[in-house]
Amino acid sequence: MKSHVLSQLRSLEAESIHIMREVVAEMQRPCLLFSGGKDSIVMLHLAVKAFAPARVPFPIMHVDTGLNFQTVLDCRDRWVERTGVQLVVASVPEAIDRGLVQEEPNGSRNRIQTPVLLEAAEKHGFDALFGGGRRDEEKARAKERVFSFRDDFGQWDPKNQRPEIWNLYNGRVHQGESIRVFPLSNWTELDIWAYIEAENIDLPDLYLAKEREVVERNGMLYEVNGFTPLKDGETAQVRSTRYRTVGDANLTACVESAATTLHDVVEEVAAVRLTERGATRGDDKVSEAAMEDRKKEGYF
Amino acid sequence: MTTTLPEAGVPSEPHEIVSGDLLRFATAGSVDDGKSTLIGRLLFDSKSIFADQLESVEQVSKDRGNDYADLSLLTDGLRAEREQGITIDVAYRYFATPKRKFIIADTPGHTQYTRNMVTGASTADVALILVDARKGVVEQSRRHTFLATLLGVPHVVVCVNKMDLVDYDEQVFERIRAEFTEFASRLRVPDLTFIPVSALEGDNVVTRSENMQWFDGSPLLSHLERLHVASDRNLVDVRFPVQYVIRPQQNDARDYRGYAGTVASGVMKPGDKVLALPAGLETTIESIDTADGPVDEAYPPMSVTVRLADEIDISRGDMICRPNNVPTVTQDIDAQICWMDESASLVQGKKYAIKHTTRWARAMVKNINYRVDVNTLHRDEDATEIKLNEMARIRLRVTQPLFVDAYQANRQTGAFILVDEATNKTVAAGMIGGPAHQY
Repeated sequence: MKSHVLSQLRSLEAESIHIMREVVAEMQRPCLLFSGGKDSIVMLHLAVKAFAPARVPFPIMHVDTGLNFQTVLDCRDRWVERTGVQLVVASVPEAIDRGLVQEEPNGSRNRIQTPVLLEAAEKHGFDALFGGGRRDEEKARAKERVFSFRDDFGQWDPKNQRPEIWNLYNGRVHQGESIRVFPLSNWTELDIWAYIEAENIDLPDLYLAKEREVVERNGMLYEVNGFTPLKDGETAQVRSTRYRTVGDANLTACVESAATTLHDVVEEVAAVRLTERGATRGDDKVSEAAMEDRKKEGYF
Repeated sequence: MTTTLPEAGVPSEPHEIVSGDLLRFATAGSVDDGKSTLIGRLLFDSKSIFADQLESVEQVSKDRGNDYADLSLLTDGLRAEREQGITIDVAYRYFATPKRKFIIADTPGHTQYTRNMVTGASTADVALILVDARKGVVEQSRRHTFLATLLGVPHVVVCVNKMDLVDYDEQVFERIRAEFTEFASRLRVPDLTFIPVSALEGDNVVTRSENMQWFDGSPLLSHLERLHVASDRNLVDVRFPVQYVIRPQQNDARDYRGYAGTVASGVMKPGDKVLALPAGLETTIESIDTADGPVDEAYPPMSVTVRLADEIDISRGDMICRPNNVPTVTQDIDAQICWMDESASLVQGKKYAIKHTTRWARAMVKNINYRVDVNTLHRDEDATEIKLNEMARIRLRVTQPLFVDAYQANRQTGAFILVDEATNKTVAAGMIGGPAHQY
């Protein structure tokens, strides 16, 4: 007799698919925020599974900071080609030219992405945006709902969240308001990687280790390339590295790693002792409350 | 384009690190009973805390002049909470052992307590109740247990904490166990377990305590790892609420018509005779599809797509069940509710939007039968309004039939939420059916 017990990955997959179908059934115009990172790719993979054999019934939006790794763009285009999903690109450089946002002194476009994202969402009339955020990533996220209500400025109010009981999600909004939906809320980094391996999901090759020419700054390793060239007095060295997150190419560091296959990555993640944001994102170290502040402004 | 499948690669078996199942548990308690420390201990001893998180906790503890790393800082996430030293909301924590992945719904113990506890317990397999060994069973322990049983949580684990402060005395533990058991006998608790622990010292959390040789049960983590939850699920009554109709508008699958949804209960197989509600028409299951191909059976909580042998007009909100085992079709709902809105009370005669499985309708409050005091379990039959964090038994009239079961028999088809039509806020959690408890 069969056990009728789903494994943890299949349970998580089923929950995510349920959430995505719920959004498509109830919201007017959903859209999936696609960064080209592993979490957004897993989300798109789940969307494909949720609606098969039909195509994904909503577009994906890439907020293009102009600071992308080429292999991430290539991977994005492969996904678009393979799934037939509609791609919307919101351009940060173009928004800088128009004066909507200004370049920040530290060169990070992480914060100025937000107005660009909100403008594009408004222009297209998106009332539900899927984001790849996970609750294990950061303390402020641990308290965010799966259906996260945003007012007409796109802001999150942590003290005024809708109770979320059973799997009875409430996506009702007034004109101008919207919801952010996090189908991966209950996944951990290890779940994501184990799922990527189990499903053999196509990712940018940045996530796998290879010999890279790198330079060490403030304890972090940056690949020497057009985005992060060698500065005077620095010396490059060749090390086996991989990326744990994919952000702006001028700010994302890589880590030493020998994980050249997805299976190696799963083993490495199972053993690793640093959260991925703490390890490789310079922009999250600003303050303990950095993420909470950015979320309130409408960031993911 | 001939296919929408993402990968040329064939899915493989998941890595053995994630081959276990999923267990959700809810914890509740106040600042003082050591709940945050207990969770911190579970995360820490199961090696689920990362070096940078621990470093951050140690730094903040030092800045505050604490003598030891305050593990509760791991769970207090929002700046307002840190500034005020309170916990605002339900927080979700994750850890895994080779046997299982655990999702903790961690709920605070102050004023908004009932709302948060109901939220956390709604999906929980286990409720973890903390009792301070020095204080014994207090009002809050009763309230936690009452809410856990009301929400149909099948397993209750009582951790008698701070045993180090009572010299690990067996008599203290036994006294609390007896008192708690006596109180719990008035509720419907299918499985009740007691474990003496010290969260601060680590006794009986992950490893067996050297200090309490008299205790022959398992430490908390082994108990949670071994808890048998498979039989808690309702595999008898087939209930498949239709969530979304998949009808591809593309040349390669033009004739496809599938009913997508999550199996609420029961086991469905191709060839099974089924009944579609509200149409009341019988047909058979032709195929149960997933993106990975058809499956030979579907059970909760699988998300699948069902194809039927006959063309029947079925849409979102409809229910597929077996002809000889149907839910109650009704517009009159008797339910226990928890009110969750701080800005308005529930009053007789008011109309709300109701969401039950995948169906939305409107509902009018016909009657407030009584309000339940969650501390004393006393019924107030003269209540005319129900305020934030209050529980009540009410009667609703719904604009269209719902397909319901008693909550105690089915946590999916027995549950609903009420939504305020003006503010769109979720204002109540409802559990359908007769009184579940002998209070």
